[in-house]
Amino acid sequence: MSLIKNGRVVDDPWIALDDEAPLPATGPVIVSLTRLRAQRDALVSRRAPLGVRLKSSELAVEVGADAAALELIAIEFPTFRDGRGYSTARLLRERWGFAGELRAVGNVLRDQLLFMHRCGFDAFEMADQNASETWRKAMGEFTAFYQDATDDRVPVTRLRHRRRAAE
Amino acid sequence: MYRYDEFDHTIVAERVAQFRDQVGRRLSGEMTEDEFRPLRLMNGLYLQLHAYMLRVAVPYGTLSSRQMRQLAHIARRYDKGYGHFTTRQNIQYNWPALKDVPDILMDLADVEMHALQTSGNCIRNVTADQYAGAAADEIEDPRICAEVIRQWSSLHPEFSFLPRKFKVAVTGAPADRAAIAVHDIGIRIVRADDGEIGYEVLVGGGQGRTPMIGKTIRAFLPKPYLLSYMEAILRVYNEYGRRDNMFKARIKILVHEVGIEEFRRRVEEEWEAIRGTPVELPEGEMQRIAGYFAPPPFAPLPFVSAEFERQKQADPAFALWARASLHPHKQPGYAIVNISLKPIGGVPGDASAEEIDAVADLAQRYSFDEVRVTHEQNLTLPHVRQDALYALWRELDTLGLGTPNINTVTDIIACPGLDYCNLANARSITIAQGISERFADIGRAHDVGELKIKISGCINACGHHHVGHIGILGVDKKGEEFYQLTLGGDATETAALGQLVGPAFPYDGVVDAVENLVETYLDLRQQGERFLDTYRRVGLEPFKEKLYVAH
Repeated sequence: MSLIKNGRVVDDPWIALDDEAPLPATGPVIVSLTRLRAQRDALVSRRAPLGVRLKSSELAVEVGADAAALELIAIEFPTFRDGRGYSTARLLRERWGFAGELRAVGNVLRDQLLFMHRCGFDAFEMADQNASETWRKAMGEFTAFYQDATDDRVPVTRLRHRRRAAE
Repeated sequence: MYRYDEFDHTIVAERVAQFRDQVGRRLSGEMTEDEFRPLRLMNGLYLQLHAYMLRVAVPYGTLSSRQMRQLAHIARRYDKGYGHFTTRQNIQYNWPALKDVPDILMDLADVEMHALQTSGNCIRNVTADQYAGAAADEIEDPRICAEVIRQWSSLHPEFSFLPRKFKVAVTGAPADRAAIAVHDIGIRIVRADDGEIGYEVLVGGGQGRTPMIGKTIRAFLPKPYLLSYMEAILRVYNEYGRRDNMFKARIKILVHEVGIEEFRRRVEEEWEAIRGTPVELPEGEMQRIAGYFAPPPFAPLPFVSAEFERQKQADPAFALWARASLHPHKQPGYAIVNISLKPIGGVPGDASAEEIDAVADLAQRYSFDEVRVTHEQNLTLPHVRQDALYALWRELDTLGLGTPNINTVTDIIACPGLDYCNLANARSITIAQGISERFADIGRAHDVGELKIKISGCINACGHHHVGHIGILGVDKKGEEFYQLTLGGDATETAALGQLVGPAFPYDGVVDAVENLVETYLDLRQQGERFLDTYRRVGLEPFKEKLYVAH
């Protein structure tokens, strides 16, 4: 498994914690939404980075304002066909102001990377030998976009009129 | 019509290059068929009974002569010399080789066409009234709205892996020729009391195994908010649509399960949060797009062409064709001409490369270079001078494209059925051919009048049987083809779902059964009643009695 963050393969400093596993004294941990809800105070008062891992059925509104207390949110794609995570990502970024690491996990494939990046993901867990090269290729496949999304790519509908205004 | 600018060209070209790479990875084995399937589907490529099938998008059914010629070229070069026009105004090729598909897509891109999102669980190619920009009753050209949606929905980062496919149709007139009530989203262009033009939005219609008529979610949406409202509906669907059962994953099921009031509440709440944000179309963009749909340079002509009236008097065959094929045009002295792709005994919607080329040529000479594909699987020349109709008809007749049966009992919609499709339970095409031959006498067909027969070879309802005046559904009974008949379906502004008449008929009994229903109608009809009117007046019983009396 490789982790790509901001376009680079990086080591993963986070510890993914099972619901039953004891809470380590130090170090960044990722817990389930269930555990976050059950042990919210203990987790937040640990004074170490806290992350949550959402199942695809756990929507942005279920995290809601808690997003502010988190430094990482991992969103599961149980299969790449389950596209709920795209809406979850956009809403966490755009509605709930989440500015930490937004990580795509599960069935994360090359042909979905650009869509994910456009929806606000900045980290990707991939079962890919050449993750860095794959990521680079996927990001380069398109240079023009029709929609306004969570990224800073300017949609062509606006570029057309910028250009016209400049003429 | 819309022309690509550098950005549209770039996006389509990059999509072709991406797909070429995906095909390469599949052919080399780097990608599994399971991983490849959704990618090829998002590019209109199906694996069918005998071969791959490529579905090419014809956005809102509008084509130029140049595009038609390219479609003919593709039919000749990569297929067996023909194409099949579909109920979603697209064209399908039934025999391309996988390795050729990227080249076909390049040929399409050369004429500003693509196969984006003609299948897969994404927002499909947007359809519209085939008489757009021409119909006398039109409030606004629906292609402007449809082109905005085409661009917005193409490679949408958030909505490319929806619970299920998602179809949008737009009509610009009170008369609904785009079947908007049986789409996931239907948009009707309306004029408010103060004169402002906007959109009535319907949601949750559809056919398939659980047919439903769409419900109005918003009676009036101001035009500047089109995209935020679409995003709001799609987001609610993406989040809450069922993913546990593919047969319950369409938006119609969600709307049905939570109820339209609750669904509307969720959408309006989401809309409130994003309305007026940069998700909207920037100012000036809709006007830019509208500019491409400005009317062609019509000649100033009298309302009625004396020449045309005289020719109808002089030639009854021409008069018959004119009665079947023409529709009122908004421009004085012009007519909308329908070209039947339903010759007696033919395959509904099929056209040879030669026919496609010939229609391209006719469009260039008679109709300002424009052709339309209709959801009833015919072609339309939208802008023809009335005083040129006689000459046009003679040419069509010579080409074998002059069958005067539009809207009659032989103008049948049929899905490809068991002859091509790996989902089908029964044949559709041969049933259509049988009915067509039974009613080959054109005088008889005209006496019967408007009668829409729609045939599907399985429960997925690609042949729109739920909304046929007579609907025919092929089912499998212990390995044998049987057909259920429904009555009273309607795809227009008075949309309704057909009612099952009774027990299914075996393959050999279907044509007789249809004839029996037609005879019952002829016995019962009152002055001026269409089949559908009579059915609505008398109900199912009289038809049922006659149909099963001998059984």
